[in-house]
Amino acid sequence: MSTTSVLGGVVRRKEDPALIRGEGLYVDDIKLPGELAAAFVRSPFAHARIMSIDASAATAMDGVHAVYTADDVRHLGPVLAQVAVGTLRPPLADGAVHHIGEAVAMVVADDRYIAQDAVDAIFVEYEPLPAVVDLKAAAADEVQAHEGVSNVLLAWSGQDWWPGVTDELPDAKPVIEEAKARDDTVTVSLEMVNQRLIPTAIEPRAVLANWHAGYGSFELWSSTQIPHALAGAIAKIFGLPSNKVRVVAPEVGGGFGLKLNIYPDEILCCFASQRLGKPVRWTETRREAPASSIQGRGWVGTATIVGTRDGEILGYELDAICDMGAYSQNFTVAIPLLGLFVAPGQYNIPTAYTLTCVVTNTPTTDAYRGAGRPEAAYYLERVVDRYAREIGMDPAEVRKKNFWQPDQFPATTAVGLTMDSGNYAANLDALLEKADYEGMKARRDAARADGRLVGIGLSTYVEVCGFGPSALAGLGFSWSEYGQPAAFNGSGVVRVNPDGSCTVIIGTGPSGQGHETTWAQIVSDQLGIELDQIEVLHGDTAESPFGVGTFGSRSLAVDGTATFEASARVKDKAAAIAAHLLEAAPEDIRFADGGAHVAGSPDKTVSWPEIATSAYQPHTLPEGMEGGLESTAVFSPGNATWPFGSHLALVEVDPDTGNVEILEYWAMDDCGNVVNPMIVDGQIHGGIAQGIGQAMFEAAIYDDDGNLLSSSLMDYPIPTAADLPSFRLDRTTTPTDVNPLGVKGIGEAGTIGSAQTIVNAVVDALEPLGVEHVDMPLRPRNVWQAINGARG
Amino acid sequence: MYPRKFDYTAPQTIADAVAVLAADEGAKVMAGGMSLLPLMKMRLLSPATIVDIGRIDGLDRIEDRGDHIAIGALVRHAETAASDLVRVHAPALAQAASLTGDVQVRNKGTTCGSLAHADIAADQTAAVIALGATMVANGPGGTREIAAADFFVDTLTSALAPDEILTEVRIPKGGSGSAYDKLGRRGGRSDYAVAGAAAWVDKPNGTITAARVAVTGIGTKPMLVDAVGAALVGTDGSPEAIAAAAEHATEGVTLLEDLYGSEEYKAHLAKVYAARALTAALGD
Repeated sequence: MSTTSVLGGVVRRKEDPALIRGEGLYVDDIKLPGELAAAFVRSPFAHARIMSIDASAATAMDGVHAVYTADDVRHLGPVLAQVAVGTLRPPLADGAVHHIGEAVAMVVADDRYIAQDAVDAIFVEYEPLPAVVDLKAAAADEVQAHEGVSNVLLAWSGQDWWPGVTDELPDAKPVIEEAKARDDTVTVSLEMVNQRLIPTAIEPRAVLANWHAGYGSFELWSSTQIPHALAGAIAKIFGLPSNKVRVVAPEVGGGFGLKLNIYPDEILCCFASQRLGKPVRWTETRREAPASSIQGRGWVGTATIVGTRDGEILGYELDAICDMGAYSQNFTVAIPLLGLFVAPGQYNIPTAYTLTCVVTNTPTTDAYRGAGRPEAAYYLERVVDRYAREIGMDPAEVRKKNFWQPDQFPATTAVGLTMDSGNYAANLDALLEKADYEGMKARRDAARADGRLVGIGLSTYVEVCGFGPSALAGLGFSWSEYGQPAAFNGSGVVRVNPDGSCTVIIGTGPSGQGHETTWAQIVSDQLGIELDQIEVLHGDTAESPFGVGTFGSRSLAVDGTATFEASARVKDKAAAIAAHLLEAAPEDIRFADGGAHVAGSPDKTVSWPEIATSAYQPHTLPEGMEGGLESTAVFSPGNATWPFGSHLALVEVDPDTGNVEILEYWAMDDCGNVVNPMIVDGQIHGGIAQGIGQAMFEAAIYDDDGNLLSSSLMDYPIPTAADLPSFRLDRTTTPTDVNPLGVKGIGEAGTIGSAQTIVNAVVDALEPLGVEHVDMPLRPRNVWQAINGARG
Repeated sequence: MYPRKFDYTAPQTIADAVAVLAADEGAKVMAGGMSLLPLMKMRLLSPATIVDIGRIDGLDRIEDRGDHIAIGALVRHAETAASDLVRVHAPALAQAASLTGDVQVRNKGTTCGSLAHADIAADQTAAVIALGATMVANGPGGTREIAAADFFVDTLTSALAPDEILTEVRIPKGGSGSAYDKLGRRGGRSDYAVAGAAAWVDKPNGTITAARVAVTGIGTKPMLVDAVGAALVGTDGSPEAIAAAAEHATEGVTLLEDLYGSEEYKAHLAKVYAARALTAALGD
């Protein structure tokens, strides 16, 4: 396939004026006549039997329409999960609660204030049970999160998890053990925590359900990343065909994976609307969000490298316990698998891994920006740094020595997946040159000589995204459990309307990524229709082709390609019409400036309105041509895409307080071809901010009883622009041949590359004290403890 | 975030506001609402009546009263931070106000509101203590004055009676300098204080004749640590003298651990920031 390089202009985002002025429509802005409001009674215990629920006072309150408990909704079955390994979540806790904040009862009332008052009036009697929170204790099954059920769901390990692929790989274990036994090698290990995070979208989740008894159909508005999957799930649960459920995801104010799930509130609002004959709304409060949505990450594990004293890595081992929380939701146990996909990073090294997925009495974990890949990059790139220090080699040199080389692509990695394209050493060299790495080292050394704690951190990463290939459907990359057994294809409709304007309908939607602008650029580039004449629609299952949704940095590479192909077909037909109107040959037609002209004869033109008019008046078309001017395309890529990059930070630690200041942050990312550099930079900015958020600020902290101590934004600090330095970004361009646009995806890259960059820098700053590791978040207290401990 | 039902009244005079407070045990004063409303939304606090003092004339001023400056109950953090009067005569308070909350909070919340709320990790509390401020409370019996050092009684508890309103804080002029510094929860100076200290010094002829240091964020309440000031009096304010005095920074403080610091760490930080605030206060 050829690649296009004509895109790449900085175009200001079409969608921003409405969003900035507060004139965009989010779920909470949509009002239906007669709507009721829901609120939930939530568990104050992480693990307890429900002995009784007394809702009599609440039910008697003015304005309360219903109180539902498990008895009312048991027939709906559990909340569906795509990767249904482990216990699935009941819509309302049934007999026992298994994490703090689990929904126990649902109130439906005239408004949310009354609903909340009724929640306060419901008395639930609990018998507390021992809770398990610590991952090692969970793996040892000392206390069971679900009574009588092992906490260990599965381990991604060895050769057997992907029949036909992994079972044909060489076993890395003996190779690594042999290397360790050699007396000319060194082995280094780090045990590290990749802590729990609470995804925090600026718009909490919101649901509005409306049952139309006359039509036997649901309308459901939800702040979701996956409207078609949700429509399928609701249809399956309520025994309807999927075309009887219309899901609309209007503007979505941030997703990050937390809106990539089917949630009980979505099911319950549908249920209540059907029962009560009125629309039912629920909007998540910031207070309940940590438990009413999924959380992310939560690994404890050991990374080990064995290598020669001159920097040749002979083997890498990753052994981690991964926290699934109490119930499995959409992908839950598959998130560590995604990490495994990139476990060896940019290196051609034997890799052995065991990722043990365990259940705890905490809210479910699932995809959070990066989803497994930040964890994998963190463990690998931290221990590579540790290895470099052990052998006294520059961390950049060690990395370069073990990279896959450009002529080795497509490259099949140690875990059996084939990476499309890469040019790692060139990317790293570009970063080091741009950031003046040698000068930076000299400045660090000079500061050190003055007694200051200044450090440099480097990380490379490889991402896997752009899901995805139809062949992965069997591994769970499909919405089959939601009654929609489609692979993760892309889809797009391009329609030129009779007035010459263009409507594009896509199977994915923005939660901040700028789809409307990027997709308009793709179509405008093909058809020569001005950007302001192109309207990009998304998020409504009643109007769009089947769409998989927005996650895994997949939209542009997969759905963008489908739109590109649909517009190419429209272009072919329009060229035939223009040729007919201009009495020229179709192959001589060129599109530009809002119309078509004949090559070499710029005066022989026909406008898009004229072409469109002809298309919708078939008697004016060439003999035998069908009327209309639109195309639907479905794209199934042959592979995922594999972006990569390298990040570099310079930090200073205040020895008296442990406070970390980021002096410089550099990133050199490579996501293949770029449609809109400004939007790509914006994605990297946000991604780095979230990676630094994990590195320095955020932590979901539970006590031993499973109480969430960091349950509000007062105790869960997320970084703001004022807390971050200016990021200095640049990129290299290594296109993929997986799609004709040559694009790879950029939504998660910044997050995958950044956390360990900061930790590596801080550990480097503390190197004179002999500190080898500090667990995230690098809050001043933790860094100070490390300093204090090292000073004895 | 849905509060329980409440009544709302916006009296035009202090006397009317006090009358509502005196008549209604469940009434609560609101100025900027930046502390009160979150508590109500989380249903941690459910006052029966909100007494909005925002319509009362004359409370939104910072005045020069000769030997002191006065900050009215409706002066926003941002105004305190930007005021030339405050910056000249009470730099510690201007700095603390500039480090309170975020831009939105500083534009809406009030200095007196933050003081009356008496959060253990607030910034301006330490500043007014170190500056030797006087708090003016209006109640049914008229006005009374409370020394800032006596105003903060316990966690979220001030010396105000339920029917009193903090209408003004008065800061005496004088001294050779003051400063506030802190470590914030998001590192640097961002967010609530993990630990903070305010210092005021008088060093007329090369020797410190009076000094006050107050700490915040580390214990059950913001408080004056007399021992630090006492250790400095008579010294030249050298780095060594400051370091020695700062060693006393936790004397009398009931330390409180939280997610951002152990007692040991907070005690250490108190000394670090006492020294930093003193150094800045003694700077030009």
